[in-house]
Amino acid sequence: MVNVKFFLKGFCAVKGFNSPAIALGASFIAVGALFKNIGLNFQESILSTFFTYALPGSLIMAESIIIGTSLLNIFLAVWLVNARLYPMTVSLFPLLTHKSQPKLKYYVACHFIAVSAWLIMKDNYKAVERKYRLDFWIGVGAANLLVAVSATGFGFFIADYLNKDMMIGLAIVNPVYFICVMVVAMRNIQMILAILFGSFFGILFYFISPEWCILLGGFTAGTLAFYIGELNGN
Amino acid sequence: MATNIFLAILITSLATYISRFLGVITSKKIKETSKIFKWFNCLAYSTLSALLARIIIFPAGVLSEADYLLRFIVVAVGLIVFIKTKKNFFYATVSAGVLLAFLNTVI
Repeated sequence: MVNVKFFLKGFCAVKGFNSPAIALGASFIAVGALFKNIGLNFQESILSTFFTYALPGSLIMAESIIIGTSLLNIFLAVWLVNARLYPMTVSLFPLLTHKSQPKLKYYVACHFIAVSAWLIMKDNYKAVERKYRLDFWIGVGAANLLVAVSATGFGFFIADYLNKDMMIGLAIVNPVYFICVMVVAMRNIQMILAILFGSFFGILFYFISPEWCILLGGFTAGTLAFYIGELNGN
Repeated sequence: MATNIFLAILITSLATYISRFLGVITSKKIKETSKIFKWFNCLAYSTLSALLARIIIFPAGVLSEADYLLRFIVVAVGLIVFIKTKKNFFYATVSAGVLLAFLNTVI
């Protein structure tokens, strides 16, 4: 099923100062507290993080519950905000494939695709033997999911002790972490342009459609960056 | 109400999983050395960057209650700390979180 040795190696990769565990934990503490404040019970909060495991989608769900939108609206809004997981999967999974791995395993393992685990894997995949990369990935993903679920539970319990300012402080931790990651990722023309154009077009498209801005902005920016990079031999 | 929340969780999870699922299907046909793989890599980073810009400039949830200017200052401070501490994520993120909570309490 899963190679335990590589699973544990991946699981332990979440430790260390540079790991996303702290940012991930902080943001999901805020989510747990938010869930309690809008009326979810403990089980629902835990289940939500476990099955969704993508923060912007959870925030949209929470807002939708507060204002009471239809399920179809929730579906569309969440799909649009989480559609970034599609290119993230396509830019990671070709690195993990090996003929010895059962096909079904990929469909389970893809649940762990989220920015934090994805970044760890992108940094570490070369150091792992190809045959066991998927097992390593499942370890990384499981550790991150565990952090997210535990933090949600913790946030749920301490919700009454968190005031609004503390919640705001927790909510900024994750974006700051990702901005730092983006700075590190700017290694060549393509990456620099993809990241700079992404912010620019993301905001530009917001004025046309707030729902579609991430998808359209990301697509335009990524494609432009790719072509300019290719033209410059990068 | 209870069923509504349960359904909302289910729908949210499904809407999220679809992108991951389709990603695996597409991945099967893509080689890591191909140009299309590079293109998807650009798309992954640019959509992430678009999402981040949106979170900071047009946030949802509690962040929208922090002032524009405060958010920018805190993000800038986080970045400066990150660069000054030789790319230490811990100091950068923790200082940004504490600073925003503090500034928002005082102002």
